[in-house]
Amino acid sequence: MPSKVLQAPLVLEYPFTRSCGPVIGAFLGGLRERVIYGIRRADGTVLCPPLEYDPLTAEPLSEMVEVGQQGEVLTWSWNGQPRPQQPFERPFAWALIRLDGADTPMLHAVAVESADEMSTAMRVQAVWRDERVGAISDIAGFEPVSSSPPETLAALADVEAVQSVVTPVRLEYTYTPGRALSQYLTAMADKRIIGERCPQTGQVFVPPRGVSPLAGAATSETVELPDTGYVESFNITRVPIERRPDLKPPYCSAWIVLDGASVGFLGLVIHIAPEDVRIGMRVRAVWKPDEELETSASNILGWAPTGEPDEKIDDYALIGRAEESQP
Amino acid sequence: MIDVAVVSFTQRQQASIPAESEVEFMVPLMQQAKESVGLTQRDIGFTCSGSSDFLAGQAFSFVMTIDGTGPVPPISESHVEQDGAWALYEAWVKLQCGGIDTAFVYSYGKSSPGSIRDVLATQMDPYYVCPLWPDTYAVEALAARLMLENGDVSERRLAEIACRSRANAASNPHAVRAEAKSVSDILAEDYAVDPLRPSDLPAEADGGCAVVLAAGERARELCERPAWIRGIDHRSDAHTLGVRDLTSSMSARLAAQHAGTAHDKVDLAELHAPFTTSEHLLIDALGIDEDATAVNPSGGALAAHTMMASGLIRIGEAAARIWSGEGDRALAHATSGPCLQQNLVCVLEGD
Repeated sequence: MPSKVLQAPLVLEYPFTRSCGPVIGAFLGGLRERVIYGIRRADGTVLCPPLEYDPLTAEPLSEMVEVGQQGEVLTWSWNGQPRPQQPFERPFAWALIRLDGADTPMLHAVAVESADEMSTAMRVQAVWRDERVGAISDIAGFEPVSSSPPETLAALADVEAVQSVVTPVRLEYTYTPGRALSQYLTAMADKRIIGERCPQTGQVFVPPRGVSPLAGAATSETVELPDTGYVESFNITRVPIERRPDLKPPYCSAWIVLDGASVGFLGLVIHIAPEDVRIGMRVRAVWKPDEELETSASNILGWAPTGEPDEKIDDYALIGRAEESQP
Repeated sequence: MIDVAVVSFTQRQQASIPAESEVEFMVPLMQQAKESVGLTQRDIGFTCSGSSDFLAGQAFSFVMTIDGTGPVPPISESHVEQDGAWALYEAWVKLQCGGIDTAFVYSYGKSSPGSIRDVLATQMDPYYVCPLWPDTYAVEALAARLMLENGDVSERRLAEIACRSRANAASNPHAVRAEAKSVSDILAEDYAVDPLRPSDLPAEADGGCAVVLAAGERARELCERPAWIRGIDHRSDAHTLGVRDLTSSMSARLAAQHAGTAHDKVDLAELHAPFTTSEHLLIDALGIDEDATAVNPSGGALAAHTMMASGLIRIGEAAARIWSGEGDRALAHATSGPCLQQNLVCVLEGD
């Protein structure tokens, strides 16, 4: 019986720290001092922004040269709907800009009121941020030339190369877990646990994924499972995890096999000292209070011992492995 | 060289597939691709897939989809964070090594959960470009203006390409942009990313596809008229936008040369051209004569563009037309990266 497909916001964010090396580091260090450097190739032409290697010959490059802060727009496109991480909040142009003294263009943004003010071959100049950190965004963007080029502000020898740069990435998604997991999570709100049966082997998988990994076949038959089972294996964690203050070490994570399920799934064993947890121990789900239930696996706070006799596990070699599906 | 052919192909593309997870919508496609030639996963010598964690918003997202193959007992398997056409290339190389005579290739992408334009900004240079968050549309528009102002192409020509895609897509059940539109109506559209109009842009879709490859006699057993891969090559241009000519594609030209496209007439060409500008540029770079070759009879990526699958779908579409006898020799092309940075060309022939 198909239930409503759920969706939830998902944000992927990582502040990646990248090493710069001598060339990129010097370029970014220059930006911090309001100086733009290119790098000279064997044929005398200048790449800007500079690369560590010649893109045509793969020769290592090292001769940094200062280029102008004004240049020419080689081509442009109009960005009518800026997105949060882009250089300007109001509509702006993207452009390939060849700075004076450079032979290759760099990509950056040009601030103008409208696309009507843009044209190829127009002259633009860098606009610097007041707070500069040694990153490409130290150039806030470019604007149509209105003044004469600035004097050099720092000699290369005075520029301290940037060792590493943090490039934050933030991507926003609307996550939909699909049919099977939606059903599973919806049932969770009623303190029910749903699995799915493999159409070929009859084995029961929980949480359901809509597919039997044994058969490579879609699953459709749902199976209501009890909230009782046993500990198939466990570990005890004694170090804290950043951003999970709710997990106070030492705590016990276990692979719980529900009664009637063919595979285990991960849960915390609670209401017992971690040292007393054993393989085969019978457990029952501890649910959040009814008024706090939501369509989430977090409704199960953990698994507490039932006090029943332990499950007999005869063949440890089979632990964690669904039975062979084929004769 | 071992003769290798495309013998089976399935696909699904929709504007969005919100109700199913990737593995849920891929399993039927994967099964059908194998079953239609009487194979099960146990008959497959090598399996290779293509997908992107950045689309899925999840690390190692492809492992979930491997469940859809039924990897018990464990299968010989690989994955590329690339369009599935590159997974097919890896499978083709594996078949050339001998020892196996079948391979299974699939790829998929759901771009609807995120902002495809932000996601694609992350493929740019992480020091100089990505921190500004330009997207592939804006960057392609930079190339478009260069082409327009150089006189390489006219806005009318771009509109004609868009118009042709829509007309061809009318008979493609997987197209998501197939409504007819005249050249003048397209030219009357407001710019989406000046100088590109909405009809110049790819019709983003969710979906995937699956392909079975077979070698030599096995291919003849499985398929009445196998689509033999007579040439396949892929090349890459420089990553840095400023150091390559955005108005031509050296990598596409070289890949076509090495794949041997010019050795004989080409009846049809399926080009992975996300933008009208890319289609125009590729027709030139690949040496296609539009009077003799049907270009994008499926409507191409302008009609349905499923990230990570669109290139492999081109190979499948071209193969299907060899099987049906619609053509005897076909060119299929796939691309990856901003402004056609990487290009793969595959020449398919019927007996």
